Amino acid sequence: MTDATIPGKAKKPPSRGPMARSIARFTANRAAMAGLFIFVPIIVAVSTYELWWPHAPNDIDLLSINQGPSAAHWLGSDGVGRDVMARLLQGGRVSMIVAVVSVAISLVIGYLVGSLAAFSGKLVDGGLMRFVDLAMTLPPVIFLLVLASIAGTGIWPTIGVISLLSWPVLSRMVRARLLELRERDFVVASRGMGAGMGHLLFRHGLPNSIDILVVYATLQVANAILLEAGLSFLGLGIAPPEASWGNMLNLARSTVVLEQYPWQWMFPGAALVLTVLAINFIGDGLRDAFDPRANQN
Amino acid sequence: MGFYVARRTAVGLLMLVALSVLIFVLLRLAPGDPVDAYINPSAPLSLDELAALRERLGLNDPLPLQYFGWAAAAISGDFGYSIQSAGQPVLPLVLSRVGPTVILMASGLAIAIVVGLAAGTLSAVRRNSAMDVGLSVGSFLAISSPPFVTALVGLYVFSVQLRWAPSGGMLTPGVPFSVADLLAHLILPAFLLSLTHGALIMRYMRSSMLEVLNQDYVRTARAKGVREFWVIVKHAARNALLPVVTLIGSSIGMAIGGAIFLESVFNWPGMGLLLVNAVKARDYPVIMCATLIIGAFVIAVNLLTDLVYAAIDPRVKVG
Repeated sequence: MTDATIPGKAKKPPSRGPMARSIARFTANRAAMAGLFIFVPIIVAVSTYELWWPHAPNDIDLLSINQGPSAAHWLGSDGVGRDVMARLLQGGRVSMIVAVVSVAISLVIGYLVGSLAAFSGKLVDGGLMRFVDLAMTLPPVIFLLVLASIAGTGIWPTIGVISLLSWPVLSRMVRARLLELRERDFVVASRGMGAGMGHLLFRHGLPNSIDILVVYATLQVANAILLEAGLSFLGLGIAPPEASWGNMLNLARSTVVLEQYPWQWMFPGAALVLTVLAINFIGDGLRDAFDPRANQN
Repeated sequence: MGFYVARRTAVGLLMLVALSVLIFVLLRLAPGDPVDAYINPSAPLSLDELAALRERLGLNDPLPLQYFGWAAAAISGDFGYSIQSAGQPVLPLVLSRVGPTVILMASGLAIAIVVGLAAGTLSAVRRNSAMDVGLSVGSFLAISSPPFVTALVGLYVFSVQLRWAPSGGMLTPGVPFSVADLLAHLILPAFLLSLTHGALIMRYMRSSMLEVLNQDYVRTARAKGVREFWVIVKHAARNALLPVVTLIGSSIGMAIGGAIFLESVFNWPGMGLLLVNAVKARDYPVIMCATLIIGAFVIAVNLLTDLVYAAIDPRVKVG
């Protein structure tokens, strides 16, 4: 396609570094900036809600059970009189914590496995990659269920399950990048001078795959939020009374809630879709910013 | 070609065996004692009897030996007994759920493929028109909405508000089987299942078509005076379809994930519902058997995708 479709490519002076050019490309991407404008307020709201919202997520008010949205309860209240807005905000916080921690763990595992496969001999590489193939055979949700049956419910088991599920794709991408890097002169020289595995991994490998890691981490946060919500929706993730968007949606499995109290499940559903959409916009923007040749359609 | 098929099949079988080892080891690491499943709650066993039972079941053997014992039984069709449904053999239980899931997935994917290919082609041909923009926004929304949210919204809109479709199950209980009844129950979950995959196929088809429409052979066809409709359908779409076939293959595997959520929202008596209930009850024999059957299915579909790709793309030479 033509250069005109690449925002900000032609007009930037060539003297700037690659990072500055990436940032310029990112800020010129309207969808990505829109994602940022949606996502930042969500993050601020879920992390500070105690300061400005009068209700707590687990406070029971028996005088307002199953009430629709009102001035006191903006998003209504649920079957035991808890404030839906407060639960939505707390649920968002739980989803973010689960997503960010599990992505951090899978980043570490994925990077280590991928880079070890790339820098070690054929045997280690083959073994690790066959294991990755195996982990990718099953559809993710099925694997998620198998792991969930072992781990049980709760925040930490859910984090564990999601991190174990998410690293194989990343390790493949890291391996592909580092296999290429391994043949470059500065790496060959460094090895010739006796560089150890730690030096290769963190001195050469990490800086040269940082773009993969950043893009993967962003998109994977959205994915992890969806996985957590899915697990909790099936009753296998975050267990009540702790709030999560997934287990708030789970309330709608009861016909009465689904039909008569739609505010109890529509708001968490909308929050989920909006957040995931915003993060995906940001992630796509980052990918285009780092690699303007990819994904031109 | 024959050699290629044989080699790929062998690799697929190896993957299946490795998968069974992985799941077996994972489930053995799980908390809880498998021997609990054999205890009748109204007649507790003494510790000695428990030890004897454990010995008889081979639970004291080293893990590899246990695996071979399990595998030997599994090959002969004995996957053990379900824990939650009162000692029912696992294999018939799981197999009875395959049919409903296949019906749901096949109809969902059929809708997704037909609508996705048509919408993607139209979108590419009428590039940047209002319809193209509308379809692109819609597809982005469909891809970002998880199946459990679309399932709830669909159920709320079409079953609760409009009363166009029944709210769950596969057949009306107490009524003799009829295809119309099945279709009435099928259409809503199948449509909802098709959303994500239809949107993905549409986006893929659109970008693939855009690439093909710039090719010389399309210009040649136009220059020869072929009618525009046939240029699009015969010359462009057929070539644009090649990369989409791979995507369709992988959607079949992914659709199982979506089907699980739709089955549990719509109470559709398929594998997904069975698996979710088995996970909740920690019914490991059922989990093991169901995941293996799903794994075998996915491996077979991947193999078929590669073969179809080799068959329709003249540039891929195998054998």
